[in-house]
Amino acid sequence: MATDVITPKQMVMADLKGKVDPDWCPGCGDFGVLAAVQKALVELQIPKHEVMTISGIGCSSNFPGFIDTYGMHTLHGRSLPVASGMKLANHAMTVLVTGGDGDGFGIGAGHFVHTMRRNLDLTYIVMDNQIYGLTTGQTSPTSRVGMKTKSMPFGNVDAPTNPVSLALSAGATFVARGFSADQKHLTELIKRAIEHKGFSFLDVFSPCVTYNHDNTFQWFRPRVKKLEDNPAYDPSDWQAAIEKSLLWGDEIPIGLFFERNDIPTAHDADPVLKSGPLVHQNSRIPADVAKSFIDELM
Amino acid sequence: MRQSFTVGIGGAAGQGVATPGDIFAKIFSRRGLHVNAYNAYQSIIRGGHTFLMIRTGPDPVTNMGDRLDLLIALNQDTMDRHLGLLTEGGACLYNADQIKPGTAAAGVQLCPIPVSKLADISKNKVAQNTLALGAALSMMGIGFPALEVALAEQFGKKDQAVIDENVNVARAGYDYASQNFKPFAWPLPMTDTKYAVLSGNAALAMGGAAAGVKFYCAYPMSPSTGVLHWMASHARKAGIVVRQVEDEIGVINMAIGAAQAGVRSMCATSGGGFALMSEGLGLSAQAEIPVVVIDCQRAGPSTGVPTKTEQGDLWQMLGAAFGDYPRVIAAPLDIGDCFTLIPEIFNVVDRFQCPGIVLCDLLLSEGRLSVDPKNLDFQPHIDRGDLITSNGEPHEEYKRYLITESGVSPRAIPGIPGFTHVVSSDEHDENGVLISDEYTNATKRRAMMEKRMRKVEGIEKSVPPPELTGPADADVTLIGWGSTWGVIEEAIELLREEGISANQLQIRWLVPLHGDTIVKILKNSRHTIIVENNFSGQFARYLRSETSFVPNGHIRKYDGEPFMPHHIVEAVKEQLAGNTNLSVPVHEITV
Repeated sequence: MATDVITPKQMVMADLKGKVDPDWCPGCGDFGVLAAVQKALVELQIPKHEVMTISGIGCSSNFPGFIDTYGMHTLHGRSLPVASGMKLANHAMTVLVTGGDGDGFGIGAGHFVHTMRRNLDLTYIVMDNQIYGLTTGQTSPTSRVGMKTKSMPFGNVDAPTNPVSLALSAGATFVARGFSADQKHLTELIKRAIEHKGFSFLDVFSPCVTYNHDNTFQWFRPRVKKLEDNPAYDPSDWQAAIEKSLLWGDEIPIGLFFERNDIPTAHDADPVLKSGPLVHQNSRIPADVAKSFIDELM
Repeated sequence: MRQSFTVGIGGAAGQGVATPGDIFAKIFSRRGLHVNAYNAYQSIIRGGHTFLMIRTGPDPVTNMGDRLDLLIALNQDTMDRHLGLLTEGGACLYNADQIKPGTAAAGVQLCPIPVSKLADISKNKVAQNTLALGAALSMMGIGFPALEVALAEQFGKKDQAVIDENVNVARAGYDYASQNFKPFAWPLPMTDTKYAVLSGNAALAMGGAAAGVKFYCAYPMSPSTGVLHWMASHARKAGIVVRQVEDEIGVINMAIGAAQAGVRSMCATSGGGFALMSEGLGLSAQAEIPVVVIDCQRAGPSTGVPTKTEQGDLWQMLGAAFGDYPRVIAAPLDIGDCFTLIPEIFNVVDRFQCPGIVLCDLLLSEGRLSVDPKNLDFQPHIDRGDLITSNGEPHEEYKRYLITESGVSPRAIPGIPGFTHVVSSDEHDENGVLISDEYTNATKRRAMMEKRMRKVEGIEKSVPPPELTGPADADVTLIGWGSTWGVIEEAIELLREEGISANQLQIRWLVPLHGDTIVKILKNSRHTIIVENNFSGQFARYLRSETSFVPNGHIRKYDGEPFMPHHIVEAVKEQLAGNTNLSVPVHEITV
């Protein structure tokens, strides 16, 4: 009988392998992010049926197909509202949102800003490669000024957005940056992001080996500096986080910029959800309540 | 002819037209009378002109009617615009201190109220409204206590002194009218039934609650915002999570996320917001996640006329989102049906895992109707379809998009061990795998397309075909859809009095249409006319595209206002006389 109590088996990496292997280009930064997410889930031992991975559209957004959890592959830029509905309707699920910089900071920028001010308990991982990959190499919202792409062959004329400072100013309660090549560090960040009660934003440098010849693994390696290496850095200090977020060039900070735990999550703040996940609640209106609704109209 | 009585109240926005309207509605419905109210207004918070018509009577009043019995003019503008609508036996109440009477038709009673003599206008800013209320009820032959109770409720949140002050003012108006004005020839009767009076938006929201909707989200947009207001103010009691979202793109996607979690999920908007939802609707179709979207139509295109009604969104609904997919579209016939339709359409979309669209309009959304509380059933039949909610018996590998004969694949809700899967906006294989190798495979793509489209047949069987009402051998068949049901029905009654027999085919389910049934009915008709509230005959074009059927004539209106019965009566007569096959009635009440 399936209802028999079975001693829980330790979940291992192989349990989280998707039905198919990723079809990303060999050497793509997204492999590292997928591995780090799987490792984080294994280390946290969150049963895979309690995990929902939701993405938008793009190379990195194919992510839910490559991990064996519940998943949704939604529309370009719309992963966050879908994830918000999912979390509000079943807050027992651990909801991971995965996607790219075009998906999240371009077409999905409006949802990005508004989702952060709601403190929904979501973990949003952006595989930021500063390029549009699946459409074969156009400028993205995080492409540097002057970067030559198929859509801007004479160089990008628009200033790049700064996802970390944007997240900080929009009210995200957990803001971090990782690097796909630093597995151990990234895995730790993902674990902390999942464990954080509230909206966690994780911008991950995940180089595109096919279309971005500027921001390569080699370019990032000497530049990324871990905030954790500085014992004086205090991630509860929002001002300090803003200052660090503005650094770009020879030194690019990665790690946990900011975390606060004093704001209730959206589901904790909603009185309707006090009695448990919405999906498990009774959907019939009790007779006395129905009567009161009609009495108002008499 | 059904007996009815219509009060029109006009003034500038902010002058308090709504409050006496609500009080009249309450008093009429508590007398056991039916009520139908329609407010013609502008997109303005203060100023402009607004005109509320409340029609009442012992028989169902399904529309605003043709006639005004009592005009309450709160300003000169109202007097100037609408006095001409009164005919013999009618009366106009107005503030004698501020408003100059116009020239009334013969037999119309002009009733000036000396407002400053009867009330202390420095203390009571709405004294003229309250005096007029009292005077009106006196002339209708309704006892004062009903008004006293209604005023106490209206000002219940304020202290007793405010209630007393208003009751005294109302009584002064009541007594003044008893002594100075002639009562109406037809005192309003009483019946034993007590009715609930509600707007279409409240009905849609309550229908959602009855259907078991647990998640509702929206972005404010006239005329749909009332659904959000009801949901937001009743969310805690009803156990519904309600969210205001940043835009309609966010709305539809959030609703889909909640629906995928396993709850019934609904949202409402108007045409412009729906345009933003179009891509999301495709996600619902492709990922096979049932969701219900309400479109409260207003006059378009673009911002159009935000405060005016139209049936102009049909083709937007038919063509919403790209690609072919099964969808369900239904248009409620009246405000009571706004309630009833929601659980029905949820059952269909849950069974067939596709998007459902409710095509309402401003006329119903913002109108008010008396409904027998017995018809507000909070225990409707609920069918969630083939839904897997627990891990139950051991099973083979779960395939979310299992190819079946019906096209419906059992849907496991997230959180159950052993059923992990991915739902996808990309084309996908049976097990949801979405990489290009899979979905570009022509054989698999064809199989998936056919699986989804097979649901169309089941959907068609799950909803009833339309039926003809009235004599089978009538001179003329009037075909309408959605909110024109009531006004067509009354027009038919008026035609009968003029010796023209007519019957009615009103369409409630637009998709599936049941085109064969419609053609079978209409081929026996002597003369067919399609009545609709838009310019191009959207339903006529749809019916022709589905069935090749072409009617003998059309009655259309696209001035922002709904049909009145005489518009249809006159149009039918001119068409039967062979004068035209396209009538566009002129709306006489200008706001």
